[in-house]
Amino acid sequence: MELLVAIGEAFDAERMIPVTRAHAASSGQEGDLYFVEMLAKGGAFCKIPTTTNPIADFEYFQKIINIAEEHEEASVAWKTKNYYRQIGAIMSQSCIPYLAENIPEYGEHVAFSESSATPYVNSVIGALTNRESIQTALAAGVIGETPEFGLHLKENRKGTVLVKVEANLKDAYSFSLLGQYVGKKIGYGIPVLIGIARRPTIDQYINLCAMTNTTGAIPMFHIPGFTAEAKTVEEAFGGNVPEDRIIVTDHELQQTQMELQTATGDVDVVILGCPHYNLDQMAELARLLKGKKVRDDVSFWVNTSATTKLLAERTGYVGIIEESGAHVVVDTCIDMFCWNNLKEKTGMTDSPKCAYYKRFGPVKVGSVEECVAASVEK
Amino acid sequence: METTIRCHKVAKGFGQGEALVSRDTICFYLTDPKTGTVRERAHQLEGKTVTGKVLVFPSGKASSAVQMDGLVKLLVNNAAPTAMIVKDVEPVLVGCAVLTKIPLVDRLERDPFEAIHTGDFVKVDADKGIVTLTRKQAT
Repeated sequence: MELLVAIGEAFDAERMIPVTRAHAASSGQEGDLYFVEMLAKGGAFCKIPTTTNPIADFEYFQKIINIAEEHEEASVAWKTKNYYRQIGAIMSQSCIPYLAENIPEYGEHVAFSESSATPYVNSVIGALTNRESIQTALAAGVIGETPEFGLHLKENRKGTVLVKVEANLKDAYSFSLLGQYVGKKIGYGIPVLIGIARRPTIDQYINLCAMTNTTGAIPMFHIPGFTAEAKTVEEAFGGNVPEDRIIVTDHELQQTQMELQTATGDVDVVILGCPHYNLDQMAELARLLKGKKVRDDVSFWVNTSATTKLLAERTGYVGIIEESGAHVVVDTCIDMFCWNNLKEKTGMTDSPKCAYYKRFGPVKVGSVEECVAASVEK
Repeated sequence: METTIRCHKVAKGFGQGEALVSRDTICFYLTDPKTGTVRERAHQLEGKTVTGKVLVFPSGKASSAVQMDGLVKLLVNNAAPTAMIVKDVEPVLVGCAVLTKIPLVDRLERDPFEAIHTGDFVKVDADKGIVTLTRKQAT
């Protein structure tokens, strides 16, 4: 409570308001452990549904790597996970909880941390959350309240920057590049994107959310006509005059793509699913890998949530993916000790965010088609 | 001679020490957890240590996971700063300061970068909302 009141005071919040769900972006690192341990030892228990982020699937990784070698990082992660369970958090271990395990409604006040989650629930769903830290979201989960400031107030949800998209957004990966560029260019603000002709698909939204809020601190955006709170550009700005206007053409996306590449030549490892793949993406990956074989010198991983994996298994996607030699991993973040053995390898991913965490050596970034093409037998 | 500047409390407490002023924003994940030395390349404080200092900087940066992780590691190694003075406060840094019990203030009645120089002796009394500084003697 002291933490939330201090934040409220720092931002001149007048009062505390109830929130009805929370998502704590548990990272399984020391800073995370420090707070959740303090709460658990103090007897705290979550009052509202509070989901958790991926840490690591210990049962799975202890079969394939020597966890003892990573003892320090692994034991912090292990303890953190257990304390979250002890305080009654929902062990969703997913970074896309807003699709299955913890779905806010339009107009609902919530406390959602995690880079893609904050902008997704604000923009796509129209729920109201500030850009929370793990600790403030978890505290809100335990107390059921948050200080009223920032995006909990309607007047602060108006657009601040106009982004004119002239680039050809041909796939989900182009939305990652767009997000990467816009986040870096704007830093902090609420962009209003125009020029997007079709309603973005869920995975396109996820990529845009994850990247704008990684290279920048973008808690929300509007795409007039598609996102929840603005049908028109005027409505999106709500009388605000845009601070800035930026134009994104194919050139900016190509430039962004080039900045991300640090490798050429053959890849040793492919990691997909940062953020976790949803069911549509699992279907797409199964379609691409059907009847193909991952080369012997390449290891291929896709991260998803346990919920998604279950459904993907029943539907047959997991079978096809595993048949090709690729591995489906649940509950796991790519910024974890279990990937330490990839440090020297040349990696490839469809996620600029995954590349940014630098768990591997040189890296290539491309669409899921390109990742598959780079790793299967010809 | 002591100068007193009024400020706004963000995280409570009292801390004092030599001032270390940075025009660059700070991510504590990019300091050495044992020595408190700033490791971030091309950072204004690269190679300097934050341990025992009153840090003056514009704002925090980076995600909650890493900012908190960085500060907690400094704290357990007794390598943390004694107080923090920022120009613009952001929620992640507030949370980290409150939880690690490092006093944090903002809204100084004078521009902190003009008023405070590296090496000045600074006392931060967040509870009273007062920063007191003694100029470093010219040598």
